[in-house]
Amino acid sequence: MTAILGAIGRPVLEALAAVGRVGLFTAQVLGHILRPPYYLREFGLALLQIGWLSLPVVGLTAIFTGGALALQIYAGGARFNAESVVPSIVAIGMTRELGPVLGGLMVAARVASSIAAEIGTMKVTEQIDALVTLSTNPLKYLAVPRVVAATIAMPVLVAVGDAIGIMGGWLVGIMRLDFNSATYLKNTADFLEVWDVGSGLVKGAVFGFIVALMGCYHGMNSARGAQGVGRATKSAVVSASVLILASNYVLTEIFFTS
Amino acid sequence: MIELRDVHKRFGQNRVLQGVNLTIASGTSMVIIGGSGTGKSVLLKCILGLVRPDSGTITLDGQDVTKGDRDAFLSRFGMLFQGGALFDSLKVWENVAFRLIRGANALPKAQAREVAIEKLRRVGLKPETADLYPAELSGGMQKRVGLARAIAAEPEIIFFDEPTTGLDPIMAGVINDLIREIVVEMGATAMTITHDMSSVRAIADNVAMLHGGVIRWTGPVSELDATPDPYVQQFIHGRAEGPIESIR
Repeated sequence: MTAILGAIGRPVLEALAAVGRVGLFTAQVLGHILRPPYYLREFGLALLQIGWLSLPVVGLTAIFTGGALALQIYAGGARFNAESVVPSIVAIGMTRELGPVLGGLMVAARVASSIAAEIGTMKVTEQIDALVTLSTNPLKYLAVPRVVAATIAMPVLVAVGDAIGIMGGWLVGIMRLDFNSATYLKNTADFLEVWDVGSGLVKGAVFGFIVALMGCYHGMNSARGAQGVGRATKSAVVSASVLILASNYVLTEIFFTS
Repeated sequence: MIELRDVHKRFGQNRVLQGVNLTIASGTSMVIIGGSGTGKSVLLKCILGLVRPDSGTITLDGQDVTKGDRDAFLSRFGMLFQGGALFDSLKVWENVAFRLIRGANALPKAQAREVAIEKLRRVGLKPETADLYPAELSGGMQKRVGLARAIAAEPEIIFFDEPTTGLDPIMAGVINDLIREIVVEMGATAMTITHDMSSVRAIADNVAMLHGGVIRWTGPVSELDATPDPYVQQFIHGRAEGPIESIR
């Protein structure tokens, strides 16, 4: 009996301890965001790495998703003569859900892994210790610029992804589904509300924060050696992805069911 | 003066430091020797506050190192890490001038670059090296850049963690001479960890041997060869037979 309880209790305690560690790490990062010094060069580089260089992958994801969404809604809508809803559903679907979530997942794969690998390598090669001996707080120098940059860059990426995704739906609509271009665009504009876009951008900011935070947390806690860095990288992507999907549900509840 | 009194540190079941007592007088060069995994690097990291000891006290000029202004404390130190620990994303001169271009007393970039180039020259590297990235340098050059970074802010105390490991004998000799010159010229207090006996003889004023979590022997380098301590004798002559187990 005690063995069974132990087998259940140990992972539960480990999970709770991990939640505590992540919570403490988050509080420390937030605390450092509010206090100078600020490392603007590192922030600029992080903005470039996370924002600008993620544009191609977010754009490609969005255009194919928008196109596929248009085809699916058209095929599904045909069952009850509702093909005309394609433009509005594509726009709402992209801005509220698919733009931020798929964009967030793609950025998680690209950015969380790269941050965790970079910081993890810095840890195992004693670069983090070197930062401390040079009177530089590693959280302030490494984590804060990345977390702030991702939180700012991600809504911009989501906005660009939304536009490209809607364009993907429009292209499929006029080239494959015989929609009139002007009508398609008019339907998109008429049915889309500001909050549809705004809620997606807020989600983007939250997802950006999660992605960079998980990359930094797992990098800073990387075990020694190549295997340790590899494990940190994998954990960063997995935890960022799961947290994005979980927080997406919570945010959707908050935004749209009240 | 750095003083360690009854310092203990364990990692899980592994009791690494079990009551270390050691005094390093100002302006002297102390070399710590001992087998791999005996806690030499941990000892050094305890002094710097990178690792928190479980018990015991470490003082610098009578002040507990865990108390007071941490930035002011760290500004007195320079450290050469075993692998160099250079920042890959920064150019060589930015690595060397890292401390000079940050903080309350930051120098203008152009001036910091000049200082960095001067320090690079001091460790035998050409000014052209300044604009390279660490990955473009050989192991020996990286060590020298690490050395230039350690002395850039002219610290009072410099730590060297295995400064010659992985270098060929000639480069190791160059690094040893540089360390000795820098310590003498700057009048700095130095603490070096090494397995390399030629380094010990080139760098040390005093030597301490760490074994079994305690300082087994300490004394002037001139007395190292004459000491009857069997642990020291086995270590300095590299014998497989003796009180130190070869399988640890």
